[in-house]
Amino acid sequence: MTVMEQRGAYRPTPPPAWQPRTDPAPLLPDAAPYRVLGTGAAAQADPELLRRLYAELVRGRRYNAQATALTKQGRLAVYPSTTGQEACEVAAALVLQEQDWLFPSYRDTLAAVARGLDPVQALTLLRGDWHTGYDPREHRIAPLSTPLATQLPHAVGLAHAARLKGDDVVALAMVGDGGTSEGDFHEALNFAAVWQAPVVFLVQNNGFAISVPLAKQTAAPSLAHKAVGYGMPGRLVDGNDAVAVHEVLSDAVRHAREGGGPTLVEAITYRIEAHTNADDATRYRGETEVEAWRAHDPIALLEHELTERGLIDEAGIQAARDAAETMAAELRAHMNQDPVLDPMDLFADVYAEPTPQLREQREQLAAELAAEREGTHS
Amino acid sequence: MTTVALKPATMAQALTRALRDAMAADPTVHVMGEDVGTLGGVFRVTDGLAKEFGEDRCTDTPLAEAGILGTAVGMAMYGLRPVVEMQFDAFAYPAFEQLISHVSRMRNRTRGAMPLPITIRVPYGGGIGGVEHHSDSSEAYYMATPGLHVVTPATVADAYGLLRAAIASDDPVVFLEPKRLYWSKDTWNPDEPTPVDPIGRAVVRRPGRSATLITYGPSLPVCLEAADAARAEGWDLEVVDLRSLVPFDDETVCASVRRTGRALVVHESGGYGGPGGEIAARVTERCFHHLEAPVLRVAGFDIPYPPPMLERHHLPGVDRILDAVGRLQWEAEN
Repeated sequence: MTVMEQRGAYRPTPPPAWQPRTDPAPLLPDAAPYRVLGTGAAAQADPELLRRLYAELVRGRRYNAQATALTKQGRLAVYPSTTGQEACEVAAALVLQEQDWLFPSYRDTLAAVARGLDPVQALTLLRGDWHTGYDPREHRIAPLSTPLATQLPHAVGLAHAARLKGDDVVALAMVGDGGTSEGDFHEALNFAAVWQAPVVFLVQNNGFAISVPLAKQTAAPSLAHKAVGYGMPGRLVDGNDAVAVHEVLSDAVRHAREGGGPTLVEAITYRIEAHTNADDATRYRGETEVEAWRAHDPIALLEHELTERGLIDEAGIQAARDAAETMAAELRAHMNQDPVLDPMDLFADVYAEPTPQLREQREQLAAELAAEREGTHS
Repeated sequence: MTTVALKPATMAQALTRALRDAMAADPTVHVMGEDVGTLGGVFRVTDGLAKEFGEDRCTDTPLAEAGILGTAVGMAMYGLRPVVEMQFDAFAYPAFEQLISHVSRMRNRTRGAMPLPITIRVPYGGGIGGVEHHSDSSEAYYMATPGLHVVTPATVADAYGLLRAAIASDDPVVFLEPKRLYWSKDTWNPDEPTPVDPIGRAVVRRPGRSATLITYGPSLPVCLEAADAARAEGWDLEVVDLRSLVPFDDETVCASVRRTGRALVVHESGGYGGPGGEIAARVTERCFHHLEAPVLRVAGFDIPYPPPMLERHHLPGVDRILDAVGRLQWEAEN
């Protein structure tokens, strides 16, 4: 027998401790994104849930519009809009119980607001008066994370810690399609699966990482397919179908709560606005594409279902819009006031106790401010 | 009256004892990292902890430094006190984004609402014959990141006391373990550990009048040896062990330099952009009129850490220190 023949005949024998998963099929996502609206399944959906989702979507759309307008007025330094993605944002917030935790990315202010965070506090980072405008423990919302995917391992660690303590806590972590290329995405999913941590990963695939389309981001059949390699289920859902996203995320949260471990959910959606106000989306995509997605609008989809089934009338639609308008007016009123900032806060929370070096620098700033007040500073 | 028998102990044993005592005293202390469980760590610092406290409190993680530190962040957010091991200095680099973008600034960005009491143990430095990526001195990177404490013990007693202080700290502490001192022995009574000052205090290890050697971690024994050798030349060197690089103890260092009038900083890491530049500048700013000579530095060369067969030429040794002390004298006399 030649060496080559020997090699061909060689089959590695796994050591006894190695238990390969023999059937990855249950982990694989379906070929098509899961949908409820526009299908027969929609008739099964709870009317109360539909109405609640609708009100939150309308409010979310208005919030996106108002925040974008505030950016144009210079009231916000930047606002990454989720117009068109409201179904994902709202569903992510609504599937969580009081004790659960949300780990948003920088684009997910709306999810934080839908969870009940004060709209003004949610925008502190983007206005620029401080990095995080709320107490994460009070709301169980982690700080909005600007570095991509770095909040995902935090969600895993928190969920793991909660489970060690015996607490009934699920963490839901949000990331974009671009974020799935980051190393922290991989490490977080791997840790979560190994530890069977009660975590749900929600990827909002909105088509672009700033300007780079998904085709240049991944060669995988879908982002949900990535789950299989970690040993967790992957689910694919229409991210503009609020009912479908809510159902898939609810299943994943329940699965995690019951000790079933993590799930990766990919919601396919679209970013109607540019990445931020600093971005020119016309450089990388055509208006035809955007128009096609406008026709698949999450609010229109749900409104159609509600109207068809007679679950909402003109007055009901108007009531949702009025509530959204009230929220926008309050947000405007608050954001049009200049925040009162104390420069001495710069030194307040670097360490539990300032170092001697920071105490010296604090005194220096205090002297500069005193001189400024007395008008003697040049 | 009974006298306590002081038994020789190694720095590694003192570190193990500190971890064990911290875990026994506080159920929220969790040790995690690659190989820390069953194996007890590649340096055996976590030996026996998994057996005593269970795998939930001394956890073998997947091999992923960003994941180790990133999940530790989440655990700290939920009220635990993770102590993570980075195994080797250069293996910590994948975790830098978590360290710099989250660990160091979580207290600040949440206005004090969410401090992260994480201890990051990093065995560092050379002199053990390690191959590439096993001997880096990365303290300058940590020092340059606001929000972190950076400490490094040089004695067996400090290894215990500083690690206990680090774990008790409500802020993240990068705990640099000079790996070439892991097996250095000292008489130490583990049942009556030397009380250690809060993090941030330097200590005079050897009083002297001619010049001050400012050093820390793996270079302390080298400086003490140099000070002994210098006696033959008629120089009486004072040796200051910084113990804490952040915060920096200006008071102890400057008091010493004002007494001696001459200062030399000694460390393994490269000189350019290294800790010595910062220390020399601080000393010069505060003690200029007391100085008889410029503050000098004896550091590693500004090269990637060399292969083990050449590392002795790179590491600051007694001769190089004595040469520099000679230059301090020359500067004073001319």
